[in-house]
Amino acid sequence: MGWIIPHGVSTFTPEIDRLYYIILVITGIAFVLVEIGLIYFSFKYRAQPGRKAHYIHGNVTAEVIWTAVTAVTVVIIGIMSVPVWNKVKGRNSVPAGALAYNVTAKQFEWNVGYPGPDGQLNTADDFKVRNQLHVPVNRDVVLEATAEDVIHSFFVPAFRLKQDVVPGMRMRIWFRATEPGPYEIACAELCGLGHYKMRAFVTVHTQEEYDQWLAERAAQAQSEAQPSAVASR
Amino acid sequence: MATTAAVVDHATHAHADDRSFIRKYIFSTDHKIIGIQFGLMSLVFLALGGTLAMMIRWQLGFPGKPMPLGSLLPETMAAGGIMLPEFYVALVTMHGTIMVFFAIMPLLMGLFGNFLIPLKIGAPDMAFPRINMASFWIAVSAGVLMMAGFFVEGGHAGAGWTGYAPLSARPDLSGVSLGQELWCLSLIILGLASILGATNYITTVINMRAPGMTWFRLPLSIWALFIASILVLLAIPILSGAAIMLLFDQTIGTNFFNPATGGQPLLWQHLFWYFGHPEVYILILPAMGFVSDVLACGSRKPVFGYHSMIYAIISIGFLGWIVWGHHMFQSGMNPTLGMTFTISTLLIAVPSAIKVFNWMGTMWRGSIHFTTPVLHAVGFVAMFTIGGLSGVFMSSTPVDIYIHDTYFIVAHLHYVLFGGSLFGLFAAITFWYPKMFGRMMNEFWGKVHFWLTMVFYNAVFWPMHDIGVHGHMRRIYDPSQYDFLKPLAPVNTFISISAFLLFATQGIFALNFIISWFKGEKAGRNPWKDTGLEWSTPSPAPHGNFEKTPTVYNAPYEFSVPGMAEDYLPQDQKADQSRAPAGAGH
Amino acid sequence: MANATMMGPPAETQPATGVYNGKVGMWIFLGSEVMFFTALIGSYIILRFAHPEQWATPGQALNIPVTAVNTFLLICSSVTMVKAFAAIQDGDQKGLRMWLVATVLIGATFVSVQVYEYVHLAHLGLLPSGYREGSDLANAAASGVAWKAGPALPAAVGLYGTTFYTMTGFHGFHVTMGVLCMAFVTWKAFNGKYTVADHRGVEVIGLYWHFVDLVWIILFTIVYLM
Ligand code: HEM
Ligand SMILES: [Cu+2]
Ligand SMILES: [Cu+2]
Repeated sequence: MGWIIPHGVSTFTPEIDRLYYIILVITGIAFVLVEIGLIYFSFKYRAQPGRKAHYIHGNVTAEVIWTAVTAVTVVIIGIMSVPVWNKVKGRNSVPAGALAYNVTAKQFEWNVGYPGPDGQLNTADDFKVRNQLHVPVNRDVVLEATAEDVIHSFFVPAFRLKQDVVPGMRMRIWFRATEPGPYEIACAELCGLGHYKMRAFVTVHTQEEYDQWLAERAAQAQSEAQPSAVASR
Repeated sequence: MATTAAVVDHATHAHADDRSFIRKYIFSTDHKIIGIQFGLMSLVFLALGGTLAMMIRWQLGFPGKPMPLGSLLPETMAAGGIMLPEFYVALVTMHGTIMVFFAIMPLLMGLFGNFLIPLKIGAPDMAFPRINMASFWIAVSAGVLMMAGFFVEGGHAGAGWTGYAPLSARPDLSGVSLGQELWCLSLIILGLASILGATNYITTVINMRAPGMTWFRLPLSIWALFIASILVLLAIPILSGAAIMLLFDQTIGTNFFNPATGGQPLLWQHLFWYFGHPEVYILILPAMGFVSDVLACGSRKPVFGYHSMIYAIISIGFLGWIVWGHHMFQSGMNPTLGMTFTISTLLIAVPSAIKVFNWMGTMWRGSIHFTTPVLHAVGFVAMFTIGGLSGVFMSSTPVDIYIHDTYFIVAHLHYVLFGGSLFGLFAAITFWYPKMFGRMMNEFWGKVHFWLTMVFYNAVFWPMHDIGVHGHMRRIYDPSQYDFLKPLAPVNTFISISAFLLFATQGIFALNFIISWFKGEKAGRNPWKDTGLEWSTPSPAPHGNFEKTPTVYNAPYEFSVPGMAEDYLPQDQKADQSRAPAGAGH
Repeated sequence: MANATMMGPPAETQPATGVYNGKVGMWIFLGSEVMFFTALIGSYIILRFAHPEQWATPGQALNIPVTAVNTFLLICSSVTMVKAFAAIQDGDQKGLRMWLVATVLIGATFVSVQVYEYVHLAHLGLLPSGYREGSDLANAAASGVAWKAGPALPAAVGLYGTTFYTMTGFHGFHVTMGVLCMAFVTWKAFNGKYTVADHRGVEVIGLYWHFVDLVWIILFTIVYLM
């Protein structure tokens, strides 16, 4: 609790958390200085009989110093943010060879499209699973995300990952999970009255587990598709 | 004695108006009356917006439990007293909309813009008194339309106060049709009122300053209102344009935000935030100005760095136009733009910091009288600082990936809007109340209200940082749906109970406000021994304001001038020539 | 702007800028109007850049000659407005009335032509939402044949219709408001309310009128000619 970020399980976690804590320390110092200063001044300079306020209009040196210190501090924070941002969301940040999945958001569910046995996305043997994203651990993963109706936001707190998914646009969301386990996917953008229950899961498997799961699911999808050749999307 | 008689004569002359009751108090063109009308309207909306917040907090603190008095609500809002999700999104939307557009903004600009500008610059009234009156009644009609939305079929608007398209543009996806249309229409009409008001304020400040009231003798409250008016003038038409497009998308089938036909949902966000960020400065600059006035008077000291305060206000006014993208870091906007917006956003923290340091400098070596307004002003500085600092987290794009659209944002915006704007307003209302009504507000109850508000306010909003950092999304009807939010339930309950207490505390303010109106101790012309021109006229000020047009000789905050008997030198009082105070010649 | 003459400062105060309030106020108000049209034009630019294929070749769907004449009329009304102002500066009451009436009439004509244009276009098949189903334009676009000796029409014109009607419509709304206020000023002119010494109302409404004119020239260029 407190201001501690909960445990995270993606490669973004250490960098984003580090930045967060750096800012926490910097703002924390500013916070303490200002609040202590205010309380101290409130006591020290409270009106007392026989004492008059000091007649002064300002002090250029002091003002230049605190302006400069603030400016430099915030610029440093800005500069530190650049590489992390570029890594997560930069134009060409998606690593080559990342495993690709289709994610389609609609009121109020996340549909994940998996490459079938051929390992290729957007081929005939693709299959879909509702609200379930399964990925292998320690592999780069990219989600080709679209929205069918309104704006949703793909949010996995444990990955420190959030990306709005806008109808009419294709978003490429990538990450690399570092610990196996089930994690929750939430929708972070108000998308209608069912927004609060637009919940899904990402399950991070070890590679063997993942291969097994994929094979099972692909077979299952195949057998389901066989009887009626007309795909119901 | 002859001169005194003449003055009295003038005064009665200013008083002797034979306007009917309706002309005087309903369709009045007197800026003070219009200001008070705006004030009363916004206070009613403030109470209403607060009530909506209580319902929101009930649902979050006690999800799925029947609301007290909930059975009074129709089945379309709460089934058997248990709030429905569609009502919850309408509540969240209307809480934000009402607070921003119908409570804080008209309190700052409508009430104090009107009340203070002519009085503080030494003008008899606004430049366009009739347009001023029209502005108020247009705002009232916008308010009525906005309220009507609660009673229409399909419920009220439910796309958030930011009205993101396509949810807001598509009744088939939101389930809301007329409510969302009324929302647009009301904002368009309110925009007209704001633009007329801003035109009026700007003209008045430019053209109607009393002799000697140079730009660098204007009190900071007036500077802040002036710059905020310019922001209103230039930002509101963008919102009007966007709201018109949205209304057309909803009603006549245009395609601005409709992705199916090539329209762009992100266009709405760009337009909204291009208006929206200047808007948040409209919501804070005037409060900053009031706090500067009150702190100087309370500390019996000139404002520290008066000139840099002005430059800070102006640069906030400029920078405010190039930071809107920080609301859209995660929206899918070009990521390279994200970098530029980070830098500009971090830069805007600089003038904000300058202001905080200057306020502290004003208190430094002062002789601070902790009256209720001064307490609220110091509280403002303390709380605004927290809001400004939390802004730094969000301006760092990588950190924002995680905390965007979580309760961290909710905490930030309440620290600047409640801790900032509203504390600033409490300072201003208690400070200028005697000039409005001729009576003092009760100091004891004022202080009780301040301290309780301070405690409960922090109990409500401080933990929101924490649950935000744990990933708690905003605008969520039922957090218990998520496993990772379950451990936060006790915090939510704590916040809700604190919120109820915070709300109840405001009853003290309301009672103090109303009772003092009739029973308060009579205030003289200048109960706070302040230097502003408004204090040289009777309380309440007569129609026409000044017995004779004042002439200004001094800088605005000449307190504790060495060698003077009194510790304040009113702006319109000539200093003893041999001991002219510094700054008087500016 | 209508009651501009009543907006003068109370007699005792001298405006700090030396310019009377009504005029200062109108300039400021026009600043707001600039931002409003900026929002419309900016959105137009963004939408068009993303989907240029939805725009018809100039002159294909919209009738340029008719609107060019209409544009010329509106420019003329600025001239008559200037004439009206010049007349009252010389104390020529008759001239003031005549030129004001001319301005009102031309303004009203402009709006009427615009309404006619809308009706015609809707009939032809262009609506704010795009093609009207089953209309001539829709059929021509669907068949892909050349339309009016030009290239084939765009397959979809959702954004084209949207921006065309919104931009010209809001301009038309501004002209209509201007005509109403101008009619009010004219009525006052007939009652002899303006003099050589004080004719602020004429000047203030004139400012607004010229602004609306200027906006039209920009809109005509980008909506019809580009
Ligand atoms: C030091 C100065 C400030 C900085 C650096 C700052 C930064 C930010 C950023 C980056 C966001 C977007 C966060 C997100 O959605 O992920 C934000 C949101 C917000 N800020 Fe600030 N801010 C500052 C001051 C203010 C002030 C003075 C106000 C108003 C009085 C304000 C009101 C808001 C509001 C209302 C939102 C939330 C809008 C919404 O999504 O509903 N901020 N701020
Ligand atoms: Cu959602
Ligand atoms: Cu902002």
